[in-house]
Amino acid sequence: MSQPFFELHDFKGGIHPAENKHQSTELPVARAPMPSRLVLPLNQHIGAPARVLVQEGDKVLKGQLIASAEGFVSAALHAPTSGTISRIAEHALPHSSGMSGMCIEITPDGSDTWCEHQGLADYRDHAPADLLALIKNAGIAGLGGAGFPSHVKLASSHNKPIDTLILNGAECEPYITADDMLMRERAAEVIEGALILLHILNPERCLIGIEDNKPEAIVALKHALQASTKDAHKIQVIGIPTKYPSGGEKQLIQILTGKEVPSGGIPADIGVVCQNVGTAAAIHNAISKGEPLISRIVTLTGKACAQPRNYEVLIGTPVNELMQHGGIDAGLMQRLIMGGPMMGFTLTDLSVPVVKTTNCLLAPTKKELPVAPAAQACIRCGMCTEACPAQLLPQQLYWFSRAEEFDKAEAHNLFDCIECGACAYVCPSNIPLVQYYRYAKGEIRIEKADKVKSERAKQRFEARTARLDREQAEKDARRAARAEAAAKAQAEKAAAAPQPDGAAPANTASAASPAPVADLEALQKKLDAAKLGVEKSKEKLAAAIAEGSDKAELLQGAVDKAMERMKALATEIAQAKKAAKAAPAAENAAEKSDPNSPERIKNKLELAQSRLQTAQERLSAAKAESSDLIPALQTAVEKQQAKVDELQQALQASLAGDTAAPAAPENPPATGDAFAQQTEQLQQKVLAAQSRVDKAQERLSMAIEQGSDVLDALRMGLDKQQQKLSEAQAALAQHLAAEKA
Amino acid sequence: MALLNISSPHTSRPGDTGGVMRQVLYALLPGIVLLTWFFGPGHLIQIGIAAITALACEALVMVLRKRPVLFYLKDYSALLTAVLLALALPPLCPWWVTVIASAFAIIFAKHLYGGMGYNPFNPAMVGFALVLISFPVAMTTSWTGPAELLNAKLTFSQSLHFIFSARDGIDAVTMATPLDVYKHQAAMQTSDEIFKQPIFGSTIAIGWEWISLAYALGGIYLLWRRIFTWHIPLSVLTALSICSVIFGWDADTHVPLSLHLFTGATMLGAFFIATDPVTASTTPLGKIIYGAGIGILIYVIRTYGAYPDAIAFAVLLMNFAAAFIDQYTQPRTYGHNKAKRGLPKGGK
Ligand code: SF4
Ligand code: SF4
Repeated sequence: MSQPFFELHDFKGGIHPAENKHQSTELPVARAPMPSRLVLPLNQHIGAPARVLVQEGDKVLKGQLIASAEGFVSAALHAPTSGTISRIAEHALPHSSGMSGMCIEITPDGSDTWCEHQGLADYRDHAPADLLALIKNAGIAGLGGAGFPSHVKLASSHNKPIDTLILNGAECEPYITADDMLMRERAAEVIEGALILLHILNPERCLIGIEDNKPEAIVALKHALQASTKDAHKIQVIGIPTKYPSGGEKQLIQILTGKEVPSGGIPADIGVVCQNVGTAAAIHNAISKGEPLISRIVTLTGKACAQPRNYEVLIGTPVNELMQHGGIDAGLMQRLIMGGPMMGFTLTDLSVPVVKTTNCLLAPTKKELPVAPAAQACIRCGMCTEACPAQLLPQQLYWFSRAEEFDKAEAHNLFDCIECGACAYVCPSNIPLVQYYRYAKGEIRIEKADKVKSERAKQRFEARTARLDREQAEKDARRAARAEAAAKAQAEKAAAAPQPDGAAPANTASAASPAPVADLEALQKKLDAAKLGVEKSKEKLAAAIAEGSDKAELLQGAVDKAMERMKALATEIAQAKKAAKAAPAAENAAEKSDPNSPERIKNKLELAQSRLQTAQERLSAAKAESSDLIPALQTAVEKQQAKVDELQQALQASLAGDTAAPAAPENPPATGDAFAQQTEQLQQKVLAAQSRVDKAQERLSMAIEQGSDVLDALRMGLDKQQQKLSEAQAALAQHLAAEKA
Repeated sequence: MALLNISSPHTSRPGDTGGVMRQVLYALLPGIVLLTWFFGPGHLIQIGIAAITALACEALVMVLRKRPVLFYLKDYSALLTAVLLALALPPLCPWWVTVIASAFAIIFAKHLYGGMGYNPFNPAMVGFALVLISFPVAMTTSWTGPAELLNAKLTFSQSLHFIFSARDGIDAVTMATPLDVYKHQAAMQTSDEIFKQPIFGSTIAIGWEWISLAYALGGIYLLWRRIFTWHIPLSVLTALSICSVIFGWDADTHVPLSLHLFTGATMLGAFFIATDPVTASTTPLGKIIYGAGIGILIYVIRTYGAYPDAIAFAVLLMNFAAAFIDQYTQPRTYGHNKAKRGLPKGGK
């Protein structure tokens, strides 16, 4: 193959397993028939699950958005065909753990009617940000490996200069030919996708790396490149030596650029963005045709498959239906692997759907991929070290993982292991090395998550307690001041009858306004800090892209939480600002309006009612999660119910009092009695609110101890209750002040 | 249909640990043939004794440890230990010496440390060192002379006789080894004079040079089969050569380089004993340091020690250091600027 000189860099290690690719490349890609149902997991990718936009029974059209991207790292979901939403429920997922998750199920109507869609006439007329949004809305996630949402990968490289875009067409896993066939048959789409990516990222060059065992694909892409009418001089198609795992992102980058992605970093750190060729084609379809990602090419192969070949499969097609169509003999096959023999995982439930990352269904016979014989002792032969592309010491990692010396395993860079399986492949003792590494990584992650969780809970709790103490002290001081003022006023009143009022209200007004201002500043500071935190978390998240999915998920959670916190702070600020403005006015108003007027009670009632509702909601949420907090929440709901009832009675009484009041206006003792009554009522309210706050606090600390998920909800609840309490206190104080006046 | 749930990878290179050990045994064959050719059938008998003892001990331990006996015998590691030990022993050493050495190697040096893969010391060399220290006379008076220097060819039955029963008359067929001879006479004679002795033949030392070459050939075969890497053998030989050239350049007082390399167990040690993976260093750089250490120690012990050959002690001493060397020679992992050194402090 003639190829202008391009300096390739080798990566250390690597292996040459039997390729077994020719079986499935004899026939062109065929369209798989419409399945009887489509199952679309909400989470087909690293990151947050998509948010459902449809309901059971809804009619949907092909390409219609049925779940939208939620959060920073998330991908949208579209109906792969027209039909009816038959179910939104848990369904088994294609995952190595055999777990299940929320899925939208569609019963196709057979007409396969497209919704209205339209591509851009020329992407070059659009800004990168707009194109990114289109890619996000088209639900495009990496079709190669972990299925990372593409727009995130492209966007996270935004603030870093990118000099090289790499399209990964290496496809080094044995058996799989999905990318190979895609490049052969749809080379133009791949090139178009590359051009769009070039427009978005504006790097110096785009390298398409393909293992040299795919000469047809290389030729096809070169032809497409020459045929392209656009400015494609930046694109270079490069054949690379066949060696597993050359298709690993880090390895391919090393081969093509000679640079290494820093440990814990992302390719963008060294000016590289890497995308799968299939992803590039999907991006082209999304931008130029307006078609979201609803199907992909899947290789069906293995000796238990009558005719190995590639199929264009709708996302969501159940594996068993595809197997049937593809002629996989369930009797012959001894396991079914999703993915390739090196990194794929076995399926135990064949009803799981094909998802965006499914590139292969491998149905080997017993003889074809025999189960490894029993592991023998490690003889420290070092063959694993020779094979490791990450330059690790697999046998040391093995000894440490086995002995559960996780700190040592980590110190030996366990987390740089890409789980490629090269070490286990060469190990003469047939030790399932990768299994040990997964186990160790899992244990370390759990350990770390626990540590972070308890550390964070501790910090929160301490900060909270400190703040509460401070606030309590302030409140006590204020209350004491008010009581004193009230007492003084009372005494004055007793001494001299009517006197022009003055000092007291003015005092409260002037005392009230600086406080909100100070609060405001504090809040603003908090908001700034939160913003910074979000930025940092986002960066960290981006860094985690290249790493394990678990970490990314954790960080995703952190980012979402931080953003929530930011929002909450922003609203708090707005409220505080309003309060600051309203404070003097409210003081004045308080002088005039009777704090126990029907309106006020009504307001309170409404508040209490809404509180009741929140409490109820929280309770049912807790029930759904079968949380430990159910009893506590139940009592809370009952309390609120009692409160509402009480207030309703009060309202009625007040309304009755209103009508009764004019009847005896000339009876001062009566008003005095009424006043005393009202005071008592208000005092009781304050006490009730206080006890509610205490309860909420208790619940919160309980939740903190248990590391509960409803922590944030509870904290918000506590804040509300506290607000309530201060309101009630203020009302009481005003009431007293008004009486004095 | 039972769906198997297995984690990746789902395929592995054909072959197993037994296969690796078998390859090593095959690679030893040329050396064994030449040993027998030049020094009589003694080694064959020693191999037999050692193998039977080692396998019996291995089986016994497996029964005691309630492990499947055949599964472990099939890894050929006990057999390999036995053969290496037998090749290191003098051909006519009494049978009980071989039995003690093999039994000690398998039971103590291997299984008391946890068995295959866990033993820090090379079992064959532990067995060898034990008998060398315990029975110095038997060990130093049992090397046969090269067949062509003996009046009558040593037959199989004669060898059996010497090994298993009476040792009278053994003096007629045994001789000091070239290394021994040179070391003891270097003080009194010049190099030329020493080399005139018949045991040194016309090139280096009768038989030894060919046997050493055969071992080296076997080692190169294993390199080609990627059973082990070049690091250890090359660094052993290089270090030994450098020491010999720098410190022992004067052949009138020191054993010359040719004898260092091509007599004694140097080649056997460099290619088959130092490379025993279980007890060697495993990192690329570590292997070089480990091998160089062995080479230097061989020279030091041969020159200043009481023993003419030194492979066993050199290897055992470096076995001590292997784990430590590994920790400080970790390769630089992909994506890291520097290699890590040592282990985390504290920890559990
Ligand atoms: S390849 Fe297997 S036996 Fe060899 S050192 Fe690695 S883990 Fe041990
Ligand atoms: S699975 Fe991990 S340790 Fe094994 S070869 Fe691959 S990167 Fe190295």
